[in-house]
Amino acid sequence: MNIVIKNGHVVDPSQNIDGHRDIFIKGRKIEGIYPKGKAPEADKTIDASKCLVIPGLVDIHTHLREPGFEYKETIETGTLSAVRGGFTTVCCMPNTYPVNDNVAVTELILDKAKKQGSCTVHPIGAITTGSNSEELTELEALIEAGCKAFSDDGRPVTNSQMMRRALEYSKIFDVPILSHCEDLRLSEGGVMNEGFVSTIVGLRGIPRAAEDTMVARDISLCELTGGKLHIAHVSTAGSVNLIRNAKSRGVNVTAETCPHYFNLTDEAIISYDTNLKVNPPIRTIEDVEAIKEGIKDGTIDIIATDHAPHHYDDKQREFDAAAFGISGLETAFALSYHLVHHDIIDLKKLIKLMCVTPSNLMGINKGTLMPGADADIAIINTENIYKVDSSKFLSKGKNSPFNKWTLTGTVEKTVAMGKVFDWNSTEIRKLIL
Amino acid sequence: MISSKDLLGIKELKPEEIYLILDTAAGFKDVLKRDIKKVPPLRGKTVVSLFFEPSTRTKTSFALASKRLSADFVNFSVSTSSVVKGESLKDTALTIQALGADFVLVRHSSSGVPHLLSNLLDVSVINAGDGSNEHPTQALLDMFTIQSHKKNFKGLKVAIIGDIAHSRVAKSNIYALTKLDAEVRVICPPTLTPAEVDRLGVKVYHSTDEGLKNVDVVMALRLQLERQSKGFLPSLREYFKLYGLTAERIKLAREDAIVMHPGPMNRGVEIASSVADGQQSVILEQVTNGIAVRMAVLYLLSGVKK
Repeated sequence: MNIVIKNGHVVDPSQNIDGHRDIFIKGRKIEGIYPKGKAPEADKTIDASKCLVIPGLVDIHTHLREPGFEYKETIETGTLSAVRGGFTTVCCMPNTYPVNDNVAVTELILDKAKKQGSCTVHPIGAITTGSNSEELTELEALIEAGCKAFSDDGRPVTNSQMMRRALEYSKIFDVPILSHCEDLRLSEGGVMNEGFVSTIVGLRGIPRAAEDTMVARDISLCELTGGKLHIAHVSTAGSVNLIRNAKSRGVNVTAETCPHYFNLTDEAIISYDTNLKVNPPIRTIEDVEAIKEGIKDGTIDIIATDHAPHHYDDKQREFDAAAFGISGLETAFALSYHLVHHDIIDLKKLIKLMCVTPSNLMGINKGTLMPGADADIAIINTENIYKVDSSKFLSKGKNSPFNKWTLTGTVEKTVAMGKVFDWNSTEIRKLIL
Repeated sequence: MISSKDLLGIKELKPEEIYLILDTAAGFKDVLKRDIKKVPPLRGKTVVSLFFEPSTRTKTSFALASKRLSADFVNFSVSTSSVVKGESLKDTALTIQALGADFVLVRHSSSGVPHLLSNLLDVSVINAGDGSNEHPTQALLDMFTIQSHKKNFKGLKVAIIGDIAHSRVAKSNIYALTKLDAEVRVICPPTLTPAEVDRLGVKVYHSTDEGLKNVDVVMALRLQLERQSKGFLPSLREYFKLYGLTAERIKLAREDAIVMHPGPMNRGVEIASSVADGQQSVILEQVTNGIAVRMAVLYLLSGVKK
């Protein structure tokens, strides 16, 4: 089937397009981009008037929870949640049960994604077997099976020697090592940022140094080895400074942050709302400002979601005992578009942060509307103001601290590998309710 | 009037609410001196204690307070109940409400549990100590005790000494004293100082001798003995040497200073026996006042429209 998307404002930094264009899709691929009104007739026409048409968003930090935690999320619901949020590619973290440290798990994920997924799924393999920092996984076999990067996310690689070896050995394949930076001794027992607010609410704090010290270690190891280091979920001003400094010295490091680290401060925890419990924790206004600055000046390369869906039984309990994590796929765009709305970055930069750079890091041909690329497109109304209702999320995880927030920018339609999801159509609405 | 159905913390109280509780407690203290120590205001009401941490004194004090007001007091025994069988906090709380409780007294090692119950339940929730957050009735009985010895709170110099970082008693007292315009000092080693605690309007001292100079009230805190193994202190011996309340040190305070402790005491760790049993000690008075103050809290909350 052929589809033409007409009258939209197309922004694609990969080919320097920023204006009204029509996009012609043939089957699963983009066939061509034409000046407004010049595209050939197609079987189906999508009118994208007053909408932004951009490459489908690419998330390099998603927890799909399958296998093992299907009560929290499945590949089916997680990818549906992704397309609802405008994402057409998700890279899923290996902290499943069992851990994705072997070919069998990678193949299972890809098989499920093929059969039940709504968008492209790229698995991320574990750095060490069982993510226990003791032995390297078989990188070659995992890459052969489909892994695009490696991470022990959820945990740091506590053994510095093992981290060194991972950064060295992964050079054979030029794949990134995504590091969850946390000194487990410094963060032990902590459930929120350490500071004035943790004093007020009496919850155990996680000092910013728990992240900063590990970022410093990994930068040193990256310098030593020349490996490809990527710092996951940056939450502190200290990390931003360390990464900025490393980049200025030419260290091969990239970094991501997540929407909750530049939209929330720890003061919100005075309510003891467990939806605010996330690791690394939500920090202070100084950190939020530093992260915005880091996004603006290029220190932070990528906005990822760290989508961490949880069942409400795991959240509706003592703050100390509640699970860490935020269900993030369905609010990520609007929360990030906020940066454009407030003139911190321009639209082109936002698309680089959420489409182009993540694709480049993973070495995948996504995040572009170039003819011949996969037909992965998000159509967004950036004027539309809406109220978040997390109970309507397609993700099984309704755990969002942004519930009831008023945001700007709604995903109207998502095209994933040529398949159209029209979020205003009645058939899709049925799916939601 | 008290504005909330619950007593979650001193943080949530206005100064006039604190004074109302203290005034009401004064009336009940007279009841406790009578031959027949019982009054009828809570007849037909049920108070259920839900203690997830061991406690003898607070629970007994609440039990007596309830009984003196003619309420039925029931202990929901956590160690032998369904909680041990894996029941969630939410289910336990809803069960207690379904059993017909009017008040739930909760103590838990996790901060914020009373707040969680307050959102889940329609009945009055009273915080009997949550994690390192608050222990409001302890602070109220401490205020009551101070008030009976000192003219007023304004300008009163109070030193709280010990493990401030982990102490809910210290936190509630800091809120209460600062709300009543007292001058609060905290004396503690840097390892047991809460992050940015000075922003609560208190002055931090790491030297005990400096901190005790000319104070009107000295509040000692219980030191959890396991702090040593976590690296907060090198030894209990050194802690006593640096932060123990000795008769020698008490001389640095004003001559008419009172010495308080929420109990149970570790004699020879945070307080010397000569001080605990000394002339200036009001430690047992605190215990007696606890009943009157808890009666006042139950009585006032029973009047709040739900």
